[in-house]
Amino acid sequence: MPDASIQGGAAAKRPDAIRIENLHKSFGPLEVLKGVSLTAREGDVVAIIGGSGSGKSTMLRCINFLETPTSGRITIGSEEIALKPDGSPANRKQIEQLRRSLGMVFQNFNLWSHRTVMENLIEVPVHVLGVPKAEAIARAEKLLARVGLAEKADVYPAFMSGGQQQRAAIARALAIEPRAMLFDEPTSALDPELVGEVLNVIRGLADEGRTMILVTHEMKFAREVSSHVIYLHNGVIEEEGPPEQLFGDPKSERLKQFLKSVA
Amino acid sequence: MLAYLTSLFEPGHALGLLAWSPPGWGQVFLTGLLRTMEISVGAYTMGLVIGVIGAFGKLYGGEVIRDLFSIYTTVVRAVPELVEILILFYAVPNVINQVLVSMGHDRITLPQLLVGITVLGVVVGAYMTEVLRGAILAVPHGQIEAARAYGMPPAMVARRVTMPQMLMNALPGMSNLWLNTNKDTALLAVIGFNELTLTTAQAAGSTKAYFFFFFAAGVLYMIISILSGRVFAFFERRSRKGQPQIRGGVI
Repeated sequence: MPDASIQGGAAAKRPDAIRIENLHKSFGPLEVLKGVSLTAREGDVVAIIGGSGSGKSTMLRCINFLETPTSGRITIGSEEIALKPDGSPANRKQIEQLRRSLGMVFQNFNLWSHRTVMENLIEVPVHVLGVPKAEAIARAEKLLARVGLAEKADVYPAFMSGGQQQRAAIARALAIEPRAMLFDEPTSALDPELVGEVLNVIRGLADEGRTMILVTHEMKFAREVSSHVIYLHNGVIEEEGPPEQLFGDPKSERLKQFLKSVA
Repeated sequence: MLAYLTSLFEPGHALGLLAWSPPGWGQVFLTGLLRTMEISVGAYTMGLVIGVIGAFGKLYGGEVIRDLFSIYTTVVRAVPELVEILILFYAVPNVINQVLVSMGHDRITLPQLLVGITVLGVVVGAYMTEVLRGAILAVPHGQIEAARAYGMPPAMVARRVTMPQMLMNALPGMSNLWLNTNKDTALLAVIGFNELTLTTAQAAGSTKAYFFFFFAAGVLYMIISILSGRVFAFFERRSRKGQPQIRGGVI
């Protein structure tokens, strides 16, 4: 939807994919998220930026409950996740269902090291989603070709570069045909010369209109691909808006300083 | 060649004492070996089951489960195995019988093999729990988290990610434990279990050929060790597929 952002009305009509409302998260006495909210519509690319310890990874990990929120509301599509009063999920099955619709990409790739790249890609489709194996393999082959790893299908992760592993991990996330993609600092563990190949794959996904939430340190990249940027500081959304506004004309003093420090 | 070898086992020849039928001790001797293997395999299998439950219980269980397994591993590993064998062998059947009698049933005699396997299995289970617990801790957490993040239920995470990865870390320790189990069967001789060591002692006592029989028993124990070492090496190689080679890391 290339002109959706121009016609504000059209953007508003796209259904919500992920909605977080007033999310709090504490680790013991330490409050990491102090009431943050986010709405991603279908096709949105939301970039979450902020300094280390600002809570941006925690916010992302609360979406698929890798971290248990302390309180707040999380809605995926039209389904609100049932939470107990303490914020923990009331229904494990619902959480598992939710997770099967979100493709998570980790900072450290986290490919299963005892399985080949192909086995990594078909693991969840075949064993969790019940896709017939032949179909899963055919789909995985297309995805591997897309991320430029067609020849690596039978290679074990330990024998690939970080960039290759992360591209395989993105393909693994795509293999579940997710409703949205969650990226947790996907290039932070990579050697500088390998960052580009991974960003190109992510850019391709943004261009085809996938819903994505991206925690990143790559400011230039965030500005290029995102439709909305959130700047987190000490567990609070300090400023948010379209990328041109946040990067081009930051309002808050903290964001100005932050952008200067990472430039 | 074969004829020459079999001739060695005839009465009066070098290995005549091991002839199959009396006055040779061959059959008795090999039966002892068989019983040793029965207990070893039985106790090890039982220990493996206890170990898997114990390791997951200790790591992921609630407070009560964790405490119970802690007491189990601490006590069993602290007390000498010989003492435990004596306690379990005499005390447990006694308790069972007292319960049975008090409920108006008759006393029962527990099958010796079953008691032997259980006694040793309980000991192996305590060590196995710790071997497997350490191995689970060594599985990269991110890979378990990835499995969860894709909606795998806990049992599937354990079966398809944690266990295969854990196996690679656990096999060296498991191999050690198997050798110990195999040799610990000899302790069952004190409770009159006719395994290889007691059989050997009987054969040696009757024939006065002490050195010959104990040497032969030693050779048998050694053959078991070497062969099982090969089996474990095979599994270790298999479980390490996908891992970069460390020179000398694989037996």
